[in-house]
Order: sequence, then C-alpha cells, then structure tokens
Amino acid sequence: MDLILEGLIKAFHLFLTLDPEVLGITWLSIKVSGLATFISVIIGVSSGMIVALTRFPGKKFVVSVVNTGMGLPPVVVGLFVTVFLWRNGPLGFLNILYTPTAIIFAQAIIATPIVMGISIAALQNLPNKLRLQILSLGATRVQMVWILIREARLPLMAAVMAGFGGVISEVGASIMVGGNIKGYSRVLTTATVMETGRGNFDVAFAISIILLLLVFLVNYIFTLIQQRERPR
Amino acid sequence: MTNSDAIISIKNLKVALGGVSVLDIPSFLLHEKEIVSLIGPNGSGKSTLLLVLNCLLRPISGAIAYRQEAIVTREELLRYRRRVSMVFQEPLLFDTTVYNNVASGLKIRGVKRNEIRERTMRYLKCFNIEQLANRSARKLSGGESQRVSLARAFAIEPEIIFLDEPFSALDPPTRHALTDDLEKIVRESGITAVMVTHDQSEALRMSDRIAVMNSGKIVQTGNPSMVMNSPVNGFVANFVGMETILEGRVLKDNQGVLLVSVAGKEIDAVGDARVDDAVYCCIRPENVTIDIFDPDDMTSARNVFPGEILDIDSLGPFLRLSLDCTGLPLVAYVTREAFATLHLAEGKNVFASFKATSVHLVRRKR
Repeated sequence: MDLILEGLIKAFHLFLTLDPEVLGITWLSIKVSGLATFISVIIGVSSGMIVALTRFPGKKFVVSVVNTGMGLPPVVVGLFVTVFLWRNGPLGFLNILYTPTAIIFAQAIIATPIVMGISIAALQNLPNKLRLQILSLGATRVQMVWILIREARLPLMAAVMAGFGGVISEVGASIMVGGNIKGYSRVLTTATVMETGRGNFDVAFAISIILLLLVFLVNYIFTLIQQRERPR
Repeated sequence: MTNSDAIISIKNLKVALGGVSVLDIPSFLLHEKEIVSLIGPNGSGKSTLLLVLNCLLRPISGAIAYRQEAIVTREELLRYRRRVSMVFQEPLLFDTTVYNNVASGLKIRGVKRNEIRERTMRYLKCFNIEQLANRSARKLSGGESQRVSLARAFAIEPEIIFLDEPFSALDPPTRHALTDDLEKIVRESGITAVMVTHDQSEALRMSDRIAVMNSGKIVQTGNPSMVMNSPVNGFVANFVGMETILEGRVLKDNQGVLLVSVAGKEIDAVGDARVDDAVYCCIRPENVTIDIFDPDDMTSARNVFPGEILDIDSLGPFLRLSLDCTGLPLVAYVTREAFATLHLAEGKNVFASFKATSVHLVRRKR
C-alpha cells in the first residue's frame, strides 16, 4: 500500500513542480501518438470508405483481415517495423530506426486497422438508400462522400478515439523501434516499463497516472463533442 | 401524343440484378406535366423503374433519353440528376436540422445563400413545417419526417419528381393530410411526376395515367378509368380490384350482347369476344345491385340472380357483401344506409343484379 501512496505523492510532486523530464516525455507521447492517429485517420477513413462503399470480389475477406488487424499485437508490428528499418533492411536507407519518427510509423500501422475497421462498420451502418438519396439530390461523387462522412461523424469520432487510445497506451512497438532513448524517444509507456524494471515504483506510478489522465482527457473531450452533437 | 413531346423516353430497357431480369420495358414515354402512377404487386419492378428513371441504376441494355437526348457522359448524368429529384419510402433525412435538410439540395447545387434561405423557407411553409425549421431531424414523427423529405425534394424545383411510395409507412390520418398537401403542390407547380403507390384511391386521384406493372413488365398503361374499367387481362383486373372475376365461355352473340356461360348460369355481357371464346367476366362490386325482392320487372339490368349472403365486411362507408348465387360467387358493395333499410344479414336471401355493360370481358387463353 505504501508503494501506491508514495507513487501518488510522487506523481503529484512531479506534476506540481512541472518536472521538465516528465513534461518532455508527456509532450512527446502526445505528439507521436497524435501524429500516428492523424495518419491512421487519413488512411483508415479513406480506405474504409472505399471498402464500405464499393462492391468487389473478396470484400468479406478484406473486411475480416481488417477486423483481425484491429487486434494486431504491437510487438509483432514492432518486430516487422524494426526489420524493415534495420540498417540493411528494405527501408534502412531512411535511417529512422530508434527515432520518434519510427514510433509514429509503427503506431500508425497499429492504429490504421482500428480506424479502418470502425469506419467500415460506421459507413455500412448508414441506411442503404442514403447514397441513392444523396445522389438523387444532385450530388457529385465527392459531395456524396463528404455528406456520408458527415452522417457517420459520431461513430467516426469513436474510431479516432479508439485509434488514439490504442497507440498512446501501446508499449511493445514503441520500445522496439524507438529504443526508449532518454530525452529523445522515451514516451510515457516505455518510461513506465523502464522505471518499473528498475524498481522505481513511485516514478512508474507517477508516469502511469499521467498516462491515465491523458487518455481520460482526450476521451472526455471527444465525448463532449459527441454528446453535444446528439439530437436535442 | 408522340415521341417528340416526351420529357423522358425509354427504349428496350432491361435491368438485371444478380443475373435475374427484374425489368424489361420495350418502351415507355413520360410527357411534360404528366402525373403517372405505377401500381403493381411487391417485387413487380416499380421501385427499380424509378431508380432507373433517376439514373441511379444502370440498365444492362437500353437507355433513357431526356428530351430526346441520351444521357451518356458523367456531366450529362449530373446535369440530368440535377433536373429531377426523388422521394423514397423512408424519409432518409440527414442528421442535422430540418432547415439544413430542406436546404441540402440547394447547397449541393451551390445556390447563393440568400436564395437558399428564401426557397427553403418557402418550401418549409408549403409543407407546413416552418415551425420545425430548427428542430433536429432525428426528433420528428413519421409524418413530419416525410414532409421534410418532400420539401427537400421540391425545394430543388425539379422538372420531374419521382415518388416511391412516400406514404406507405404512415398511419391513415397522417397519410391523408399529406396526400392532400402533396396533391395541391403537385397541381399548382405543374410538375411532371412518377409515383409508385399501393393505394388505388391515391392513384385514381392524382394521376393522369396509370401504369400497371407485373414481374418487371408494364402490363397496361392508360388513363385511370380505362385501366380500372377495362383491364387488359385477369392480372390487372385482379390487381385493380375487380372483385369478381369469373371464368366463362361465350355461347351466343345476340347483336353485340354476348351470352356467356358461367358456373352453369348464363350472363349477358357486352364486350369484345366471339362465340366459343374463353373469357373472364370481371364485375366491379359497386356495379352489383342488391334487392330483397326479385327486381326482374323493374330493372334494366339483364342479369338477376337469387343468392345468399355469405359474408359481410366493413369498408368504411360501404359494406362488402360476398354472395353465393347458387354456385356463382359475386361481390357487391352496399351503403350502410341500404344495408339497414333492407335488413341485410349473413344468411339472408337476396337478389343480385347487374347490367350487361357492367361485365367487362377479358379473353383468356385456353
């Protein structure tokens, strides 16, 4: 119990004194996971749109693959990204292994199927004839896509939340491709792993609480937007 | 009317879904300012035809032309779609306010803001929903939603409007109120319309022409009284509500009045058939008169049959009587007044009579 209490006190201390290292780690986590989510939303929503709105042979297979991808183990992604970015790997020339960029890369791969899967479900949930109705109102294809996104905005927002929630709390890939380099590629989750390993439970607790707060805050903001959008 | 004043013409149209032919229409013309009702059973292709007319469904062969011009390129398609609009069975409203819903077609067309405002308000008023303008479309009743959907389609001020049973999901009073408003707007705007309906009175009331569809084909088209009173075959007769359809054979031709043998009885009929032809005698229930005394001497009706009332159904202002005239089944409508005056009841013996001209003959295959 003492351990938890100490951790809480330490966390508040680190927080209130605005410890530069902790702030740096927190900021990097937000930046990296935010960017990764952004990339995954661009790719996931647009490809989800294509899958949901077109008919092609093997569509069910593709959707199953995407749904499987929603549970992609981060360490597997970490392994593949590491191999690809390795000095003499296919993308070794990029020289980005053990950088925040590599983490963004890996996290985007983790988040994309999550965003895509939820987007497909969101768009398929819209009434079948809605597309016909939009076209019959004289919409171009681009206008139709835009209106459909607007109609599915609530579940799409859930997709963004799920994507961000997935990557900000992910540790395996971040540690493998980012290397947990102090002041450079250390994020909240990798720091927690390290501090716990060292037996610095108080610091680990502190960072975990910050992580929890962060996830809560982001979800809270999105939920506020969602609730405000709800029918009056 | 000729091909040249058709606003839409269809030639050799064939549509298949999943390899199954669902529509096969050799020719169909829609004239300017004409209101056509499509009627037919479920799955007869009415809605599919509307989708094709709206260019939302590609036929496997044939094409539709707008004022004699084929719609081929993507630009032509968009230009055509912006001249027409469609209301579906479900309201399919967007998740925004009523105002934004009604304005959506205009926004899509990039109409100027002032004009959007003016036209949206006008059509909100037209459909009696101006007080709902700022309400979320998710919080409307079925009737209100369908009004919004109609206003949205009309606000575009299309040349042609396609209505796919817009009232089928509504309760009768709501439906009536809405039909009244729609009829008024359609008449005043002089719009061209194609309407799918299951409601015969709606079809009779609103349309200049009725097209009856069955298994992907238009089996009859003509003005409402023609379709209702002179169905081309047993299917149409059955569908448009000729309640009594009897199979018979023409025995004699007495200077235009045909003697038809039906269920061992003889019926006088007027129609286009020859001796020995197999025919359907279609008798509309409103043309069958019920009496409790033999009216033989007092009536000009040539067909008088004694019978028994088997069943009585209420049909609003009318009662529908099912009769058995010793083997000859007949259906008659009587008013509630007549019903009471004649002391009619199940099991009562009556006389059913109808004129020879009330029997519509349809030749049938043997």
